[in-house]
Amino acid sequence: MKETKQLVCISCPMGCRLEVEMEDKTILQVSGNLCSRGIVYANKELTNPTRILTSILPIIGGVEEMVSVKSKTDIPKNRVFECVKSLKGLVLQAPIHVGDVIVKDLCGTGVSLVATKTVLKK
Amino acid sequence: MRNVDVCIIGGGPAGLAAALSARKEGIENILILERETFLGGILNQCIHNGFGLHTFKEELTGPEYAARYVQMVEEASIPVLLDTMVIDISKDKVVTAISPQAGLIQIQAISIVLAMGCRERPRGALNIPGFRPSGIYSAGTAQRYVNIEGFLPGKEVVILGSGDIGLIMARRMTLEGAHVLMVCEILPFSGGLKRNIVQCLDDFNIPLRLSHTITKIHGKYRVEGVTVQQVSLDKTPIAGTEEFVACDTILLSVGLIPENELSRKAGLKIHTTTQGPLVNDRFETSIPGVFACGNVLHVHDLVDWVSQEAEFAGQFAAQFVKLGSQISRLLPIVCGYGIRYTVPTTLCIDSMKTLTTVRFRVTDVFKDYYLDVFVGQVRVSHQKKRIVAPGEMESILFKKHWLDSKTEDEEITILLQKE
Repeated sequence: MKETKQLVCISCPMGCRLEVEMEDKTILQVSGNLCSRGIVYANKELTNPTRILTSILPIIGGVEEMVSVKSKTDIPKNRVFECVKSLKGLVLQAPIHVGDVIVKDLCGTGVSLVATKTVLKK
Repeated sequence: MRNVDVCIIGGGPAGLAAALSARKEGIENILILERETFLGGILNQCIHNGFGLHTFKEELTGPEYAARYVQMVEEASIPVLLDTMVIDISKDKVVTAISPQAGLIQIQAISIVLAMGCRERPRGALNIPGFRPSGIYSAGTAQRYVNIEGFLPGKEVVILGSGDIGLIMARRMTLEGAHVLMVCEILPFSGGLKRNIVQCLDDFNIPLRLSHTITKIHGKYRVEGVTVQQVSLDKTPIAGTEEFVACDTILLSVGLIPENELSRKAGLKIHTTTQGPLVNDRFETSIPGVFACGNVLHVHDLVDWVSQEAEFAGQFAAQFVKLGSQISRLLPIVCGYGIRYTVPTTLCIDSMKTLTTVRFRVTDVFKDYYLDVFVGQVRVSHQKKRIVAPGEMESILFKKHWLDSKTEDEEITILLQKE
């Protein structure tokens, strides 16, 4: 059965309104996208939706109290909460630099957690 | 008194980009004044991703975007004064500032770039009845508590206003373990980016209550709940639709206002709609040699456009140092049907670039309209717009040759038309 799904591409702040023509779970056509990321997004969103996770962690001995972190690439959407919970109790030691790997593998997703801010020693 | 060529007020994304571009234009004597302890401005607390796709062609978080500019400024050895609060800018371009390290300082500048950013509209501007209990925060304040200080300001949260910071905080508070009950928006559409509705609300099943507002805050010492009420199209609460929602925290995401106390004090003309200084296409304000860019000029949705705008402002500020004023004849841009404001509001006919970006916001949601530009009676541009909304800044590339056929006393009009 053919159906049309409406999506908003979240790949960038343009927020293209996508129309996805589908037949039984197979994507026939994506329209409304201004760039190729829209097609990639539509495919992912309708099969295995993913998100970038961003959070903060406390840091000891630094010029700031908290350091911001993110998953280096996107992780499955349905594992976001599990990954956030796994960070509980983690405390870092200054200095930390942008890009430093904080956790090698977030809950077996194969994706690392990296620092997005430099916090130098006090 | 210290003498500098280009003095930049504010070390956020606008100030940093302006400084870098002034340096690129060959200006050695630049000074950035920043009131915080760190450069980067509000980006430092915007830990979410989605920044820099245009500027760096990759998706960065706010702190990462800031760090790239801070690094470039450091590599260019541009002097910065931190913890330094500007308290006055005079008409003859003397900047007065204070800091714990240096006390009172005065700087004579040839060009000044205003890059002070904006601040949030507070509860006091909303007239919501109720006591003044703790638990009411502007969304940006809550963002600072959570992301910089590491505190969670509450557990059961109602968010008023669907601006981007409110939407981002709905997700942020949810991920940190709070329960976000709803986002109320007085308008029939959201003021935030569509992508934020999807990834911050829809992802977490947080309801967006359009045409709803908070009409009462309950609780004397701590917020105990709110009365949520539906409003009619003219924003009047509809009797009989009151609903009590228990909560301990209210976040307000009800608009941003450019921070122009210094500009007003200096006597700059302020735009009644944007609340930012009036500028021409050189980002020059009503005082020659004083330029403005970023959120102090008009509130942006995207930092990428702030950087781009600031780069031009820095360039023009540098040119002012080298060549003096380049302003001669100014041609006004008139907002026609559907256009709320434009930045700039005037074009310098003689010195304008072959291509000038005119940014604007629309007054309402318009579907399948044409964006038209008229010079006098002549239509010089006709562009189809599938959908435009007030929450998303639009722009048009204004081509200098559109003015070729211009005769005297004609004005430029930008408007939306059905066909």
